[in-house]
Amino acid sequence: MLSGSAPRTSAAAQAPAVRQRRKHHLWVLYFYGSAIGKKAVMAVTGIVLLGFVLMHMVGNLKLYYPDAERHLNAYGEWLRTFGEPALPHTGFLWILRGGLILSFILHIHAAVSLTLMNRQARPIKYQGGRSYAAADYAARTMRWSGFIIGFYVLFHLADLTWGNANPDFIRGEPYNNLYYSFERVPVALVYIVANLLLGLHIYHGAWSLFQSLGLANPRFNQWRRTFAAVFAAAIVIGNVSFPIAVLAGAVDEPEHITGEARLIEHAHTLGTAAETLPGVTFHA
Amino acid sequence: MSKNLNLTLRVWRQRGPADSGAFGTYKADGINDDMSFLEMLDVVNERLIGDGKDPIAFDHDCREGICGSCGFVIDGRPHGPQPGTTVCQLHMRHFNDGDDITVEPWRAAAFPIIKDLVVSRAPFDKIIQAGGYISAPTGAARDANSTLIPKPTADLAFDAAACIGCGACVAACPNGAAQLFTSAKIAHLNLLPQGQPERWSRVTSMVEVMESYFGSCTNYRECEAVCPKGISIDFIAKMNRDFLQAKFRDKKKLAGGPLGDAG
Ligand code: HEM
Ligand code: FES
Repeated sequence: MLSGSAPRTSAAAQAPAVRQRRKHHLWVLYFYGSAIGKKAVMAVTGIVLLGFVLMHMVGNLKLYYPDAERHLNAYGEWLRTFGEPALPHTGFLWILRGGLILSFILHIHAAVSLTLMNRQARPIKYQGGRSYAAADYAARTMRWSGFIIGFYVLFHLADLTWGNANPDFIRGEPYNNLYYSFERVPVALVYIVANLLLGLHIYHGAWSLFQSLGLANPRFNQWRRTFAAVFAAAIVIGNVSFPIAVLAGAVDEPEHITGEARLIEHAHTLGTAAETLPGVTFHA
Repeated sequence: MSKNLNLTLRVWRQRGPADSGAFGTYKADGINDDMSFLEMLDVVNERLIGDGKDPIAFDHDCREGICGSCGFVIDGRPHGPQPGTTVCQLHMRHFNDGDDITVEPWRAAAFPIIKDLVVSRAPFDKIIQAGGYISAPTGAARDANSTLIPKPTADLAFDAAACIGCGACVAACPNGAAQLFTSAKIAHLNLLPQGQPERWSRVTSMVEVMESYFGSCTNYRECEAVCPKGISIDFIAKMNRDFLQAKFRDKKKLAGGPLGDAG
């Protein structure tokens, strides 16, 4: 029943747009073609990225070891040599990187295509404004936080992996690179702000992935929020503490102790050349 | 003791789907606060008709919160400020004398505006047609208790079945997604033994039709917060789970029917 007189309009004028979907014969493409499929891919790739972010933060806690420089550089060397001789040099590292790059690309592709789908679903916004009853700031800024994290990752690689954004970069000496990078206040600020945004992204993401994968159960539902909050807090506190520690002078200046430097020192005490030690090869 | 309120309404007026529409401002003086929001609009409309003007079009039927016909956005919130109520159940006592109230229709590509506050919710019917039914044996009616259903399961299915299909979830969702509606309709049948034969085909077909009209879910929880029937987003998780399970199932068993997999 309608109050007031609704004009008779043609059915065509009232018909909403229907999104036609191509029927892929390949199962994966058909699966990924659905929004719930994409969301499951986002959740799984999100879990891979969460695992990486956690390991990355925990690995860097070596900054607080006594003799931090040796530990951190040795850790970097370990990542490059792990799995040898079954795997080639940096083979293990490239397997990890391959998984991460794939996850990152899929995560971003799904995020972009779902965002476009969602834009189309409400072409005309509320003209009188809208209020939010439940969606928190983290949830509402996922696209912004994700987008900025994407650029931050590129900067981070240029700064500490490739070295082209870091004038003090020495290949194979992560401690040196990290120290001189964080010593520059603007760079430290980039790291701090980006990690706060990462924390925001995780605060929603690590909760949301349970819903996306259909993991709801009254037994543990209340812990999903706690899990996400604790995860986000751990990442933010860990990662933000590193530039602050360097700026505060709580971390020693680099002495250029690499695995190789240690060997040379060791050879020196033995009174021989390092190259003559058994099993030693130097990487250029 | 009831009071009288003098209000100013800003109401979306749109002659038809092709019209661009704009807000119109109306004085609503001497509104008894025991009235529902729709009764308040009735009073405004009678005055408009008396002045020879076009009354404000809005959808309604039962006026007791069970049919799902009514619904529009009041001050940026579907069904207004009171949680767990439809606009037909929303009383004017929740407003104050002198309030300015903005009233706007649901906004979604899938819900074109027919006139003023009336939208077409036909895509909801399309979703139901895709799988919101069960296959029942014909012949003599079976004894009501011949299929035993655990009480918690029956309760949960009933919670889902409480959905009145008003569309507030779509209206509230920043993505214009219909996940809460669709998941409630799926869960209502997928939880019960009678719904098992079509369980997997139901979820895949209904989701497919849903996604051809609506947005996707970012787990904002806005839908749950405005739902007049308090439908939980747990049903969305359940729909996702059933959908993912269906996708990983033996294709031949997806067709459902008596030979399909009832697990
Ligand atoms: C360029 C980088 C990134 C972009 C653009 C991005 C974007 C997004 C967006 C838009 C969502 C919400 C998905 C939706 O509502 O449909 C999301 C979810 C998520 N993101 Fe990211 N993100 C990025 C990087 C990361 C990183 C580095 C992590 C790892 C810590 C991460 C973890 C997650 C998780 C766990 C979810 C939840 C997935 C779900 O709800 O199913 N994201 N991301
Ligand atoms: S008129 Fe039936 S629910 Fe409001």
